[in-house]
Amino acid sequence: MVLQLIRRAGWLLVSLWLASVLVFSVVNLLPGDVAAVILGTSATPQALETLRHQLGLDQPGPVRYAAWVVGMLHGDFGTSVLSHTDIGPLILQKLSVSAPLALASMVLSLLAAVPLGVLAGTHHRNASGAVISALSLVGIAVPAFWAGLLLATVFAVLLHVLPAGGFTDWSSDPIAALRSLLLPAVALGLVQAAVLTRYIRSAIIDVQGEDFIRTARAKGLTRWQALRRHGFRYAAIPIVTILGIQLTGLLVGAIVIENVFVLPGLGRLLFQSVGNRDLLIVQDVVMLLTTVVLVVNFLVDLTYRLLDPRIRATV
Amino acid sequence: MKRRVSPTLLIGGALVIIVVATALISVVWTPSDPAHVEVPSRFKPPGTAGYLLGTDQLGRDEFSRIMAGARNTLLVGIVTVVIAMGVGVPLGGVAALRRGVLEDVTMRISDVLLAFPAVLLALMFAAVFNPSTITAMSAIGIALVPVFARVVRGAGLQILQQDYVTVTHTYGASGVWIFIRHLLPNVSPVLIVQATVAFAIAILAEAALSYLGLGTPPPTPSWGRMLSESQTLLDQAPWLAFWPGASIALAVLGFNLLGDGLRELLDPKLIERLPAQG
Repeated sequence: MVLQLIRRAGWLLVSLWLASVLVFSVVNLLPGDVAAVILGTSATPQALETLRHQLGLDQPGPVRYAAWVVGMLHGDFGTSVLSHTDIGPLILQKLSVSAPLALASMVLSLLAAVPLGVLAGTHHRNASGAVISALSLVGIAVPAFWAGLLLATVFAVLLHVLPAGGFTDWSSDPIAALRSLLLPAVALGLVQAAVLTRYIRSAIIDVQGEDFIRTARAKGLTRWQALRRHGFRYAAIPIVTILGIQLTGLLVGAIVIENVFVLPGLGRLLFQSVGNRDLLIVQDVVMLLTTVVLVVNFLVDLTYRLLDPRIRATV
Repeated sequence: MKRRVSPTLLIGGALVIIVVATALISVVWTPSDPAHVEVPSRFKPPGTAGYLLGTDQLGRDEFSRIMAGARNTLLVGIVTVVIAMGVGVPLGGVAALRRGVLEDVTMRISDVLLAFPAVLLALMFAAVFNPSTITAMSAIGIALVPVFARVVRGAGLQILQQDYVTVTHTYGASGVWIFIRHLLPNVSPVLIVQATVAFAIAILAEAALSYLGLGTPPPTPSWGRMLSESQTLLDQAPWLAFWPGASIALAVLGFNLLGDGLRELLDPKLIERLPAQG
């Protein structure tokens, strides 16, 4: 178990290293000349040279890569070329919007998907199960940003009950801050819930066919009791895996939805930095998001080792 | 054994056919020119004579624009899937045939790449190159490479265990021969299913990018950008925020259902499920 854990952690480190190489290469080594893009076609060669020097582009790639990684490991994310602010504190500040948003939509999606998925799974031969199943299929196809637009149309434009965009800072008015996160979180949560419902449904259907559930029924438990005592824990394994995979979808959804509702979060920062060619910010934010995905998937892997004694045993 | 055609396959197939037909028809005919600006007749609500789905802020016919948008959606889907398969399939094949270090490295890289959502990769590409349809399509295509590499490797490992492949091997067949002759025909059902799902992912990703203004540039009508243009007009013309979104959802639903249906129809055991997410 301990050995396996060390091996897994080792793979995580290798993955993180590979990801950092990948992010750095895409941003720095691809043939696009950032200085030329920033200055436009009318730039003089001298201006280009000066800017390249300022951006550190005249140094060899490996040197810049090493400086970047070492800096990040020390908590130094570099300085924005445009605003000359430190990127680390900037990201931290943006996280105060993005993290609650992601968390809230995850919670909302679980609140909706767990009961619906279980119902659809236990009633998968009835009309109620079929309706939930069909709705979730439609929900998966809905882009989160469109759901956001529709919600904004109804609740902000027509009913005037919630803001259509913008963000009031937590420190000045926490209630208003929550209100500005509500619509985006619901939009994101709804779409995530649709995906999750489908997986919970099929996990519940699968577990009902297992021998140990039949045995539980044979010894006199009702279907519900059998599921509650023996089924849910087993069904949780694929669901935890999906939650990990879904995180990727959630992050992307958050990037786009923050732009729909003009929330000053990481997604908006990333988008604006792409527009401004503030490449170091792009590089840092993408690396941060990828790190989150990789670490969460690592934790998910550990979790289902805890959930399923058989996986532990085969180690 | 006779296989029943499931409603999933039928509905999915029908939706996909509608999208494809719309795109094809729009090449030769749309009710009016999707780029034709007619300011006096702007913001006509849906159902107005001559404008089935209404008109936009420049008086352009929304229905014609939706039709032309289908063309763009389909193009993006096809190109990204071709890129993803063109790179992913040989990569997965090599990993399955060559095993060892090469396999480890390929699979590790594809694991890491899987952690990059298509939209994130496309954002990076847009920062380095100028945003365009090609940038978006390449980024989404590359992000989908690991999906195909993993599927081909997974199925390939199973197939290479078969006795007939061993026999071919003893006859001195090359890796390329085994790949083309035995691996590809065996994994093609899985690939078809995976391609449909990838198509759906590509549509969603391109819509998100176009919405952000990093995908298809104007004047080509694209559903994602039509949504972003509609956002400032929600109080005047809410229908403009409805049609493009509904079109994206229907197209994605169609490809997802088609994938599900094909999965049931073809060998269900070989296929690992991957949800369609940008």
